[in-house]
Amino acid sequence: MSATSCDAPRPFAEPWEAQVFAIVVALQDAGIVGTAEWAEVLGAAIRPTAAPEAPADYAHWLAALEVILDRHRIADRAAIDGRRDAFLRAAEATPHGQPILLENGPGPADHL
Amino acid sequence: MPAEPDQDSIVGHDHDHDGHDHDHGSTLSPIEARVRALESLLIEKGYVQPAALDALIERYEHQVGPHNGARVVARAWVDPSFRARLLADGTPAIAELGIGGRGGEHMVVVENTPETHNLVVCTLCSCYPWPVLGLPPVWYKAPAYRARAVLDPRGVLADFGLRLPDTTRITVWDSTAETRFMVLPMRPAGTDGLDEAALAALVTRDSMIGTGLPLSPGDAA
Repeated sequence: MSATSCDAPRPFAEPWEAQVFAIVVALQDAGIVGTAEWAEVLGAAIRPTAAPEAPADYAHWLAALEVILDRHRIADRAAIDGRRDAFLRAAEATPHGQPILLENGPGPADHL
Repeated sequence: MPAEPDQDSIVGHDHDHDGHDHDHGSTLSPIEARVRALESLLIEKGYVQPAALDALIERYEHQVGPHNGARVVARAWVDPSFRARLLADGTPAIAELGIGGRGGEHMVVVENTPETHNLVVCTLCSCYPWPVLGLPPVWYKAPAYRARAVLDPRGVLADFGLRLPDTTRITVWDSTAETRFMVLPMRPAGTDGLDEAALAALVTRDSMIGTGLPLSPGDAA
């Protein structure tokens, strides 16, 4: 194995990190999020007023992305919370090893 | 019904992470569920496409990485005219090797010399030259590195096991959303007979951030 390949571990620790990254870059590629705006919002997300400075990890990318989506009136917190709950219900109703699909979930089906 | 992206990406990944043996039902962590929610809303509204997301992940997991930057460095070591172009205007020189894209629009390459060692940081967030180095390591994004690289660069280098002569000046470059820096490290001694590919194998990610040096020929076997 070459030194450079040793030097390049997988960039994402979890699949959701890759999804967050890809969403942000896709929105940048689409011109919806500017690079300067992203740096500003991510920079703010990792500097909470009442807590120590945080790592610029993908959890904070997610927080910054939510700020951007709300700012651009693409998705507000209530919409995201509602959809998250639908996924949690769907997960609970999905047997192990099966894809977690929204339509598998019981309860409110406002997304259908 | 919205299209469902990448169903396999989380299935089977995080089961039983809490040590419980669930008889039925799958689990999504709160953050996994939140990301799923965002993604499905954005797909539904047409802001992102599942295939485009998959392609981006494939690109950054498997295609983009410090091997690209290593090619740039090795070329600069063997081709003085390329080196001059690289230091004068990084982006077009790097594009000569077919390397470019998001995060590399305004590349500035800074050269290490016996007198000056360069160190790259992003104090604002985690701006990083993706096309040449891939995505940043965890430590690059940590508050400790962001702060200490500026306040105590020599101490940071010592933490990485890099001790420079007191006579070597350390210059810290703060990346921004617009301008991304990459270090052109010094070519190691004892590499006169190596071709470009062998030289590239000596170039580590950290040597292009400035927290390390290239390997010596004996180290890269």
